[in-house]
Amino acid sequence: MKLTTLKAFTPARVLAVSDTSEVDPIARRLRELGFVDGEPVQVVGRGPFGADPLLIQIGFTRFALRRSEADRITVELAA
Amino acid sequence: MSTLNIALVGNPNCGKTALFNQLTGSRQKVANYAGVTVERKEGTFTAPSGRTVHVLDLPGTYSLDALGADEIITRDACLGRIEGVAAPDLIVCVADATNLRLHLRFVLEIRRLGRPMVLALNMMDAARKRGIQIDTAGLERELGLPVIETVAVTSEGTRALIGQIDRAAPSAPPVSPVEADHSETRRILSASIVMPTRTARTDDALDRFLLNPWLGIPILLFIMFLIFQAVFTWATPLMDGIEAILAWLGGLATQSLPDGLLKSFIADALFGGLGSVLVFLPQIVILFLFILILEESGYLPRASFLLDRVMGAAGLTGRSFIPLLSSHACAIPGIMATRSIPDMRERMTTILISPLMTCSARIPVYTLLIGAFLPSTTVFGVLSFQGLVLFGMYLVGIVSGLIVSWVITISRREKREYPLLMELPSYRLPNLKSLVLGLWERAMIFIRRITGIIFAVNTLLWVLTTFPGKPEGALGPDIDYSVAGRIGHWMQPAFDAIGFNWQICVALIPGLAAREVAVSALGTVYSVSGSDDEISSQLGGLISSQWSLATALSLMAWYVFAPQCLSTLAVIKRETNGWKYVAITAGYLFALAYLAAFVTYQVTMRLTS
Repeated sequence: MKLTTLKAFTPARVLAVSDTSEVDPIARRLRELGFVDGEPVQVVGRGPFGADPLLIQIGFTRFALRRSEADRITVELAA
Repeated sequence: MSTLNIALVGNPNCGKTALFNQLTGSRQKVANYAGVTVERKEGTFTAPSGRTVHVLDLPGTYSLDALGADEIITRDACLGRIEGVAAPDLIVCVADATNLRLHLRFVLEIRRLGRPMVLALNMMDAARKRGIQIDTAGLERELGLPVIETVAVTSEGTRALIGQIDRAAPSAPPVSPVEADHSETRRILSASIVMPTRTARTDDALDRFLLNPWLGIPILLFIMFLIFQAVFTWATPLMDGIEAILAWLGGLATQSLPDGLLKSFIADALFGGLGSVLVFLPQIVILFLFILILEESGYLPRASFLLDRVMGAAGLTGRSFIPLLSSHACAIPGIMATRSIPDMRERMTTILISPLMTCSARIPVYTLLIGAFLPSTTVFGVLSFQGLVLFGMYLVGIVSGLIVSWVITISRREKREYPLLMELPSYRLPNLKSLVLGLWERAMIFIRRITGIIFAVNTLLWVLTTFPGKPEGALGPDIDYSVAGRIGHWMQPAFDAIGFNWQICVALIPGLAAREVAVSALGTVYSVSGSDDEISSQLGGLISSQWSLATALSLMAWYVFAPQCLSTLAVIKRETNGWKYVAITAGYLFALAYLAAFVTYQVTMRLTS
């Protein structure tokens, strides 16, 4: 499933970050920030307008990601 | 004694700047790298051995991949590839001990440069408090480089680091391949760190409250309201004080001088000119104090998070909110604050629209015109009509800025939207030393850069408004016979279509120094004398009988847009390292000002005739 469809405060794991174009600096930056296979991830907050951006916790670091950015990330529910 | 060059590198939010401040204290200088707008921060300290240590504080980055100017500068500076920057003898990589999962990967990337390095594990106090157990010796073994625990906010916290720096540089560390960075990070983490299952309970609780979908915005508005109250009320006595001191100094310097050119130069150009800008220093310092507190505490990126969607509608991200907010006090600190925007396109757009925000220098002009031309009636029984118009002027500025930003964004060839992708760091208590140094640095930039320009401009304006002198026995104010007066008369036909008479045209020229100077300049043209307040009240009566309503409204519309502030243009030149954006800003603002004044004048003329 996509990270953008994950319910808040539901523990999940990152599967992959997909590039939307041949050179996708946002996807690259996401991987550098630790969005790689197996990392624990959670949605911990949402912006006040249109539930955008999302507040994402990966490991112990929090990131604000726009939905368009977070759409690149696929996750699976943590067992 | 030999000198030693070290470079500080690290992720954003690793506490690197606090460490730099702790190491070098006030022995710092800030400049720009040649040709780019990346800040170059350097400082020195003396090690116990007596060696002078030269510290280069490189920009905080998440990687060395050449995505942006910051990354390129960091990589090239570490490798000694920048002209005029000595290759560091030692790289001090700073990592937040509470966030090693993210920061270790960057450590591995820096290690791959193959330079002698040490790792400073910063914020060890916070890590211990959260129950994170770090086996430093194990980490040292795994990484193959010295690891020093530091607490950047106390002086004891850096002693071990200074000791390590003072020792002979370690040999270059081992290198691991790029692809292995994430697996290597995970291996090292599991080998030498024990994380508690839940960390940062405070962050959780604060974020649930401060970023709450319903409460977040009201809390943000309340904080902004407090800041504005402080900027406009606390600053007033200080501003009056500065004005009084400068007036007193000016009087002291000129009292023994005979009336004449020298006296006029010292009183008007020197003290008057510097005073018109220095008077904004208290507002700027108070504004920056609040911004620094919000930045240090970790709230600032949260404000950007809350408002991202609103700014996104104008093609910006939440990051440009703070610079635009600051511009409401004065565009100069606002433009300086755009340094926190990593995307260059977004930063330039923000710089271009900051002069549209209603700065405090416009208020004297607006109050004069509103007071003289608009009825002091009340609306709905409680609201002052004049107050509402003033509030409306603020809205016009904000809305125009957002529209201009939207136009810039859709007219760009590159349609890619600016990324948000922003780390929200843990909440921290602001550190007094960092606050004081940060304030000092910004105040000095303001004073040094701006007074220089202002002094030059004021001298020029003084010459223009003074020479040639009034012929013997001539009537009318002196300024009418000067070069500025002639330019004003000569300009007037071009401004006929927007309803400006020659007096306004003449006053616009000295008004280039700072917007509010136009009020005293109008006073001069209409031969009204006295203190600023007296000028304003007498002038109000005078112009309300001589100007049409259309002219007054047209002048207000002009002041929303016109770049009537050379200091703003000077700071744009400094921040963008060139004249291109100065020309673009001045050009589009003058065009908009003329257009807005034209429409206002013509429409009002039709409606009132």
